[in-house]
Amino acid sequence: MSSDLLNLTLRVWRQAAPNQPGEFRDYRLNGVSTHMSFLEMLDVLNEQLIAQGEVPVAFDHDCREGICGMCSLMINGQAHGPDRGTTSCQLHMRRFRNGETITIEPWRADPFPVIRDLVVNRSAFDRIIQAGGFVSVNTGNAPDGNSVPVPGVRQEMAMDAAACIGCGACVAACKNASAMLFVSAKVSQLSILPQGQPERANRVLNMVAQMDKEGFGSCTNTSECEAACPAEVSVAHIARLNREYMKAMLFADH
Amino acid sequence: MFRVASDELNSRVPDGPLQQKWDKHRFNMKLVNPANKRKYSVIVVGTGLAGGSAAASLGELGYNVKAFCFQDSPRRAHSIAAQGGINAAKNYPNDGDSIWRLFYDTIKGGDYRAREANVYRLAQVANNIIDQCVSQGVPFAREYGGTLANRSFGGAQLSRTFYCRGQTGQQLLLGAYQALMRQVSTGRVKMFARREMLELVVSDGVARGIVVRNIENGQLEVHTADAVVLCTGGYGNVYYLSTNAKGCNVTAAWRCHRRGAYFANPCYTQIHPTCIPVSGDYQSKLTLMSESLRNDGRVWVPRNQGDRRAPGQIPEGERDYYLERRYPSFGNLAPRDISSRAAKERTDAGFGVGESGLAVYLDFRDAIVRDGEDAVRKRYGNLFHMYEKITAENPYQVPMRIYPAVHYTMGGLWVDYNLMSNLPGLYVLGEANFSDHGANRLGASALMQGLSDGYFVIPYTIGDYLASTQLPKLSDDHPACTSAKKDAEDRLKKLLAVNGRRSVDSFHRELGLLMWDYCGMARTRTGLEATIPRIRELREQFWKDVRVLGSGDTLNQSLEKAGRVADFMEFAELLAVDALHREESCGGHFREEYQTEDGEATRRDDLYSYVAGWEFQGAGNAPVLHKEPLIFENVKPSTRSYK
Repeated sequence: MSSDLLNLTLRVWRQAAPNQPGEFRDYRLNGVSTHMSFLEMLDVLNEQLIAQGEVPVAFDHDCREGICGMCSLMINGQAHGPDRGTTSCQLHMRRFRNGETITIEPWRADPFPVIRDLVVNRSAFDRIIQAGGFVSVNTGNAPDGNSVPVPGVRQEMAMDAAACIGCGACVAACKNASAMLFVSAKVSQLSILPQGQPERANRVLNMVAQMDKEGFGSCTNTSECEAACPAEVSVAHIARLNREYMKAMLFADH
Repeated sequence: MFRVASDELNSRVPDGPLQQKWDKHRFNMKLVNPANKRKYSVIVVGTGLAGGSAAASLGELGYNVKAFCFQDSPRRAHSIAAQGGINAAKNYPNDGDSIWRLFYDTIKGGDYRAREANVYRLAQVANNIIDQCVSQGVPFAREYGGTLANRSFGGAQLSRTFYCRGQTGQQLLLGAYQALMRQVSTGRVKMFARREMLELVVSDGVARGIVVRNIENGQLEVHTADAVVLCTGGYGNVYYLSTNAKGCNVTAAWRCHRRGAYFANPCYTQIHPTCIPVSGDYQSKLTLMSESLRNDGRVWVPRNQGDRRAPGQIPEGERDYYLERRYPSFGNLAPRDISSRAAKERTDAGFGVGESGLAVYLDFRDAIVRDGEDAVRKRYGNLFHMYEKITAENPYQVPMRIYPAVHYTMGGLWVDYNLMSNLPGLYVLGEANFSDHGANRLGASALMQGLSDGYFVIPYTIGDYLASTQLPKLSDDHPACTSAKKDAEDRLKKLLAVNGRRSVDSFHRELGLLMWDYCGMARTRTGLEATIPRIRELREQFWKDVRVLGSGDTLNQSLEKAGRVADFMEFAELLAVDALHREESCGGHFREEYQTEDGEATRRDDLYSYVAGWEFQGAGNAPVLHKEPLIFENVKPSTRSYK
């Protein structure tokens, strides 16, 4: 567990407010331990900036263990950086080389406007869930948990989709800023499970309509989203969403 | 140091046999008829399991709900990081479980410092939680035949834990979040994200609203309602390093405390035994490795002090499986407080491993040989993956290194049986209250409590309050609102005006280290007495020398942190006072003066069988202690043994 130290140049997007122009600014950061997480490295940068009297870099983060979905950095042009299945907070500096210049940007997508520096507004995702990403069951209405068996294989498939952390990397990675992977993960989970059946058709239609309304782009099956997804949600769910959508359009009595 | 009040706190536990209390109480409570519910408004602060489930359920009933969270979306509350599972006494595995046994295990696990009636209700409604979550589409693990699967957890000798791989909290929270989003779409709930609560509005002694700062643009907003439901989590980040998310803080609870709400048992903090050890002084947080790993992992250290060989080179005979040795009947599944102290005992004695010597092994070798690597991967794959990412070591090949870390806080704002604080109209749910876990929480019980409070307790008890209370209309320009807003505003200005030399984080780290060293896994009178003045000094220094750059009218993360750390500075003192006053060892509170010869905790029921509810008297002034005696009519407090 011996640690090497890196000297880095950080090229960071700075933007004071949503309607103001932003710019890249370069910062030297020396003596970065390879055991640090990427966000810990940014903490160290911010301490350095505060000492120098410069306003620290704003970035979203919370759990720092890869599950809350709050962190959202484009690192050298890749959403959450170079590692597969990894959020920015779980990326470690051992992945970088001494002397490297690292470019750090916010998610780039029209439906995710920048609030400040690296912080963006992702409330569009909440509105998509509001459009139908749920099962309409009031508290107290539930039958016994074992009354409807769910085959283990189906449950595992649903869980694969439900693992989505809602971070928005799929949108940021997509050249069209499409939210199809995010939307398909919820549509897929609930269409696989018996509990999601009664609202199956309306759910997919309403969620897709909201997605379009928010201004997300179309899916052109490039699969960049899957490559960037920290929860490793598969594009197979997009295929399922398309089937669900088609079926709902053609056959549902809604 | 503190003054004792002559009155006793009234828990308002209903009469009658334990099993009938909740049913009877539900009948006796007043109802708000469906048409009248829309005339009432309720504020819910925090959108984790407790807040999310409460806001959704109250919206479904027809109340006008305003929900607040400081994250950018209610889906990100820290409940999401809970890994292991949620308990319920369904007895699906047919291994002898019952509501009574879940109640008993939880009371015993809490080292007889919890309120019987609350814990029994928790055990009763736990089954409904599982049903509710299944209906929402929470993908709980299933057996091949399609029925729900269970696993075992620390502090229990049977399998009652429901789980979704290693991300149960995520799935339960998304269930509650989706229910909440559904209410937002109907208009019953208004969601306010990126808002941080900075003050409670109290009018004529009744909680009537909150002051929040819009984190995006710095605007202060006043929101009024007929009741305020606080679901703002625990205070583990007073230690700086903990498994809590970076944003977790005590501010909302502390602001209520400053306005009159009693803070109960702050010294009951849970140090979780299985976390990834600290690797450097830049460390920003600690990562938990789920307790479920102890189902198959064996905890050990070398039998010989200072044995620096690689773990694979140490032969079986030279390994000390100290949990199995000390606690043969529970072994690696001993409760958290006990496992943590046992790890500390071994490392303090010089048997620790890793570079710092502050770690023990959690070894899966035997499980991999017995069940195969695939079976182990299926159970814990995502946890192993996370461990490897952080440490760059492969736990399928070398044992994990783990060490205890601050994880959960059992203490919180005092509440009665209805989950209402001593301030009328202020309800406190989930980790933010003190009610159900006593001095130590068992694994998979936090999710159970958060959802029990939100789905199945508050919807009933808040109706009783609203139906039986006359509340005058309160406008935003009422003096109670404007003065609370001004207090918040002045404090922000003060923080920005200091313009000293040290960053907020540097103060937070120093406070955390102080608390960890003297108010952590083991506490002593001398250590605590020395710590209290040091906390005060640090607090003074903070207000003289903190540097918060930028302005208040924009997104300013340093300013957010500064406000939180300022409150931790005040809160830390109360935690230390509570730890000093409680001259016994119980659960997560271990006073070195009170232990048996073999190092087990010694409780002193004759003196300390009570809840300590502290009343604020001004920062730095001696608080007033209000006691709620704990009465055990159904289980007899005994020395907790897991041997």
